[in-house]
Amino acid sequence: MQKAYLYSAALLVVLGSAALASAQVTLLNVSYDPTRELYEDYDKVFADHWKKEKGQDVTINLSNGGSGKQARAIIDGLEADVATLGLAGDIDAIASKAKLLPGNWQSRLPHNSAPYTSAIVLLVRAGNPKHIKDWEDLARPDVSVITANPKTSGGARWNFLAAWGYALKKYGSEEKAREFVGKLYKNVAVLDSGARGSTTTFVERGIGDVLIAWENEAFLAVKELGKGKFEIVVPSASILAEPTVAWVDDNTQKHGTTEVAKAYLEYLYSKEGQEAVARNYYRPQDPKVAAKYAKQFPKIKLFTIDKVFGGWKKAQPAFFGDGGVFDQIYQPGK
Amino acid sequence: MKFKSTGILPGFGLTMGFTLAYLSLIVLIPLAALILKSTTLTWAQFVQEVTSPRVMASYKLTFGASLVGALINSVFGVIVAWVLVRYEFPGKKLVDAMVDLPFALPTAVAGITLTALYAPTGWIGRLLEPLGIPVAYTPLGVVVALTFIGLPFVVRTLQPVLESLDPEMEKAAVSLGAGRWYTVTRVILPTLAPAWITGSSLAFARAVGEYGSVVFIAGNMPMKTEITPLLIITKLEQYDYAGATSIGVVMLVISFTLLLAINWLQSRTGVHRIH
Amino acid sequence: MAPRVDEVKTYPVLDPARALTEPRWVRWVLIAVALSFIALFLLVPLAQVFASALDKGMGYYFNAVREPAALSAVKLTLVAAFFSVVFNSAFGLASAWAITKFRFPGKSLLITLIDLPFTVSPVVSGLIYVLLFGLQGLLGPWLKAHNLHIIFALPGIVLATVFVTFPFISRELIPLMQEQGSEEEEAAMVLGAGGRQIFWKVTLPNIQWGLLYGVILCNARAMGEFGAVSVVSGHIRGLTNTLPLHVEILYNEYDFTAAFAVASLLTFLAVLTLIAKTLVGLKYEKSRQTPAAQAESGIA
Repeated sequence: MQKAYLYSAALLVVLGSAALASAQVTLLNVSYDPTRELYEDYDKVFADHWKKEKGQDVTINLSNGGSGKQARAIIDGLEADVATLGLAGDIDAIASKAKLLPGNWQSRLPHNSAPYTSAIVLLVRAGNPKHIKDWEDLARPDVSVITANPKTSGGARWNFLAAWGYALKKYGSEEKAREFVGKLYKNVAVLDSGARGSTTTFVERGIGDVLIAWENEAFLAVKELGKGKFEIVVPSASILAEPTVAWVDDNTQKHGTTEVAKAYLEYLYSKEGQEAVARNYYRPQDPKVAAKYAKQFPKIKLFTIDKVFGGWKKAQPAFFGDGGVFDQIYQPGK
Repeated sequence: MKFKSTGILPGFGLTMGFTLAYLSLIVLIPLAALILKSTTLTWAQFVQEVTSPRVMASYKLTFGASLVGALINSVFGVIVAWVLVRYEFPGKKLVDAMVDLPFALPTAVAGITLTALYAPTGWIGRLLEPLGIPVAYTPLGVVVALTFIGLPFVVRTLQPVLESLDPEMEKAAVSLGAGRWYTVTRVILPTLAPAWITGSSLAFARAVGEYGSVVFIAGNMPMKTEITPLLIITKLEQYDYAGATSIGVVMLVISFTLLLAINWLQSRTGVHRIH
Repeated sequence: MAPRVDEVKTYPVLDPARALTEPRWVRWVLIAVALSFIALFLLVPLAQVFASALDKGMGYYFNAVREPAALSAVKLTLVAAFFSVVFNSAFGLASAWAITKFRFPGKSLLITLIDLPFTVSPVVSGLIYVLLFGLQGLLGPWLKAHNLHIIFALPGIVLATVFVTFPFISRELIPLMQEQGSEEEEAAMVLGAGGRQIFWKVTLPNIQWGLLYGVILCNARAMGEFGAVSVVSGHIRGLTNTLPLHVEILYNEYDFTAAFAVASLLTFLAVLTLIAKTLVGLKYEKSRQTPAAQAESGIA
């Protein structure tokens, strides 16, 4: 379908295009940066399953980018069948600003529409030369921190809330938390616009002492960019990052893909889906699969956004809106 | 530029009609949409939006770095143009052709390449790091990127002027007893001045709007290394359409003003622009 | 010319050969400064691209540039460049004809407006199409109702590319046709040629090299556009990623070697552009010396 529309522009007749067989269906999955490996893997798993079940070939096109940027693209008319973004707040924005899916989308799939979770961890250079053990050390004046800009990056918002939640628990008051997080962000050397950008800055460009990162990103960085060059430091407490998924009703109805889009997301919760999730370093929801891969994931005390912050609908405007907490505490150069 | 205009040639209606229709469809109507969108804000909101501290800091960086880049190019550009026109040396043709590389090279490629070069682990960054001069992810990195993309403009506007310089003028100066230094500084350089300024302003105008090469090397820290075009993208990604369009309108007005100035300069001096 | 030089030589003041150029050491210093500047800003980056691209050997390099996503990006980039060259050539010819062959009020304003996309930030060029054709934009809901796709699809990418390359051909042809004047066309007209005949037989041969030169510039800029296209692309792998966007994606996936491999394709195209530009530039210079210019100097 997506292919069909792209080529429907009469302009392209010049080049000609492959005719599409009718026994084929195409989905567009608009996702955030670090899921590329996951969905490349899972798409094959799902395509096999769907072929067996319905005898239909399914092609899944994937678009990756910063979570906020991807939500913006869907709001502006990128016809995603499914949105698999970094946080519920971004899908909320699609529901509220473009009304492409109902406001209660999060209750349509199990676990608040989060088929996999992750945690926020710290990545340091080999040997941990700055002796970084916990969030505490990130506010030390001699430590240079790399994280992305929470205004544009979903991952960075989780990072911010992880540090905030830790401080809130440790010091017991909002003011103290604000002071701590303020100190931490004063140590930020480069504030990239996306989580991927900050990993690149830390790993490839050699800037900073510690990177605040998605757990799966940290694993991937260690695996892809040189074993023995980096170490993962597990903080004493962190936030449970819940990337969420939804089918975009308006678009699937228009494309006639509601059934397959729904199945695509539901199958993420199946044993096969959860295996793919765990293979790509995301934490599975299924207890059996979780048990099987338990060794892979460090044990962390995790708090949730719902418990500590009252969910994204509250946290988003309070912390990351214009003039919100982040704008108040982040004043570089001061 | 004198030319004879006549009413006898055919095709005015057709070509003019097509010109205006195409110009309107591609350029004018979309730009009007930008201005229209920004009017959803009141004037006070608009002013507040485009003068907030973070936006002001981005103007300072964008215009400051563009200015420094244009100045660097105006100094080295005149030397390169001079050397290419006046002297002979092996490989001259090659160097001449290469001057246009920043124009032909996609800005994203320039961005990742310059970042790789000037990062602390890069070929050049490695040399500068011990001297305590970080380039990548600092305003200096923005200057490097903007110098790179503005490089062809000064050279290419000066070259034809230098080539067409009347040799009699220099000979006259010499015959009147002028030394070489005097001839160059008092006779040649003043004649080059209009083209020189045009070329530098073109480099400046191009740099102000640049996005692709800068975002990779800048580090994009609000208040420090965030350029105005990136701020527009950032606002857009936060669903702040009014904010993004307001800053867009400011950029548009500035680029239009710059262009008027450049074209006025050109029409006064008859300098032919290359790109 | 010749006798005048002799006259100069008779002046005993200074040795003209020395007075007309700089001392040898100054020349050396200037050449050294120019070459160092060029080397630092152009040669070293060029070397960096290829060195990084071949970081993991030839096999890796060829895999990176042959994978389907890269190939589809190549195709999309060529398509977008093709359309912007065709559209902007048509526009360049029409606007240059209207502007140089006729007198009308507001001419310099028109020229300035044609130039405008040159100084508009690419980001703004992308933004305007989002505001116009995006779902939240002016025409978005209507487009959606009629199942028409502009942004996040080929037409949007072509539009953004056409916008950023808008002035290149026009700005090349206008001064050229101004210089050449209208005498030849008028003569053809007097001899009974029609408009179409005049254009194909008289005007086009005179401006062909200038046109080609503009096409090369337009094409180079079209293939490399990043900012504007990035805003309207939607980044769908294998469908709406152009080569520069593909470079960014690979770069964001830690696959620096592949990013530079694809970047080297673009660099290679850029080098081809420089060669073509130099060759066409020579022909172009020559063609500008011919009929009109010669006639002019003859009169003078």
